[in-house]
Amino acid sequence: MVEFILERAGYWAIIGLMMIGLYIAFSAENLIKRLVGLSIFQTTICLFYVSLGKVEGGTAPILLPDDMGDAHGAGHAAASGADALVAASGERFADLHHIYSNPLPHVLMLTAIVVGVATLSLGLALIVRIREAYGTIEADEVRDIDMQTALAQELEVEKDTKEVSA
Amino acid sequence: MRELFTADAGPALINITLLAILFIVAIAIARLRSLFAIVMLSGVYSLVSAAWYIAVDAVDVGYTEAAVGAGMSTAVLLGAMLLTARTAKPEKPLKRLGPFIICGATAVMLIYASVDLPGLGDPNSPANTGAGMTYMHVNWYDMGIPNVVTSVLASYRGFDTMGETVVVFVAGLAVAMLLGFGERSLAETLRSNKKKGGKGKGGDAS
Repeated sequence: MVEFILERAGYWAIIGLMMIGLYIAFSAENLIKRLVGLSIFQTTICLFYVSLGKVEGGTAPILLPDDMGDAHGAGHAAASGADALVAASGERFADLHHIYSNPLPHVLMLTAIVVGVATLSLGLALIVRIREAYGTIEADEVRDIDMQTALAQELEVEKDTKEVSA
Repeated sequence: MRELFTADAGPALINITLLAILFIVAIAIARLRSLFAIVMLSGVYSLVSAAWYIAVDAVDVGYTEAAVGAGMSTAVLLGAMLLTARTAKPEKPLKRLGPFIICGATAVMLIYASVDLPGLGDPNSPANTGAGMTYMHVNWYDMGIPNVVTSVLASYRGFDTMGETVVVFVAGLAVAMLLGFGERSLAETLRSNKKKGGKGKGGDAS
C-alpha cells in the first residue's frame, strides 16, 4: 500500500499543480494572469508526460560510448561497414548495455513547449489589441462595456424605428 | 518507504524539493495581484520545472524549457505587460467558489484515474515498451547520432517538426498582423488625446 502510494505521489503532485494552473485560468479576471495560469497548466502537462517516460534507474536518452562503439568498431564513419553489419545480422537492432529513459515523450514535449510559446505570444497580442479597443484588460469590465454598447445600439434602433413610423 | 533510505534517496529528495518549490510559486501566482511579480514568478516556475525535467532525465526538454519557457515567454509577457497594465483588479471572494469547486472535482477525477496508471519509472509500462524504446535500439544503425531525442525529432518525426515550425511561423505572422509594424505608437497617441474618463482604471500604463 505504501509502495503503491509512493509510486503515484509524483502524479498526484503534478495533478495538484495542474489544478492550480486551471484555477488561475478560471478565476482570474485579468487576462494576462489568465494566460500565465494557462502556461502553468501547459508546463505541468509536459511534466506529466515526461514523468511517464521515466525509467527506474535509467539515464538521459543519449547513447553512452559502449552502446554505440561495439556495433561497428570505429563509430559511424564507415557507413558501408554499418550497412554490411545490418545485412549480416538481418536486422538493425542493437542491444543496450545501459538503461535509458524513454525518448519519445521528450520529443513530443519539445514540440509542445515551442508551440505553447507561439500560442502564448498570439494570446498576448490579442490582449494588447483588447487593451487598445477597450482601455482595460479585465474580462468583466470588457463584458460590461460590451453590454453597454449593445444596449446603446438597441436604443438607437428603437429611436430610429419610432422616427420612421411617426 | 524503503526507497527513501537507499541510494535513490538523493534523486527522490531533489524531486520533492523541486515539486515543493513549484507548489509555492504556483500558489503565489494565484494569490498575487501585481502583474510584474506574476510574470517574474512564471519565469521562476519555468526555470524550476526545467530543473525538474533534468531530474527525470529529459535534458533536451530541460534546456528548451529554460531557453524558451523561462527566457522567451517571460520577455514576451513582460512586453505585453508594459503595453497594457501593471496590476490586476482584486477578485471578488464569491467568484472564487465556482472555479474552486470545478478544479477540486477535476482533481478528484484525475486522481481516481491515476490509480490505474503504471507506477512512476516502471520499465514495463505500455509507454516504455512501445515505439519509444525501439528508437533507442535502432537509432545508432539508422543515424549514427548518440542523442536519440535529436534524431527522433529531426529524422523519424521530421514531418512533425516541420508542422511545428509552420505553427510557429503562422503565430508570428498573426502577431505581426495584430500589432502592425509601428503604427501602434500613432494610435496610442491619438487614443490618449481623447481618452474616455473613468474607464482607464485598470490600464494606466501609458
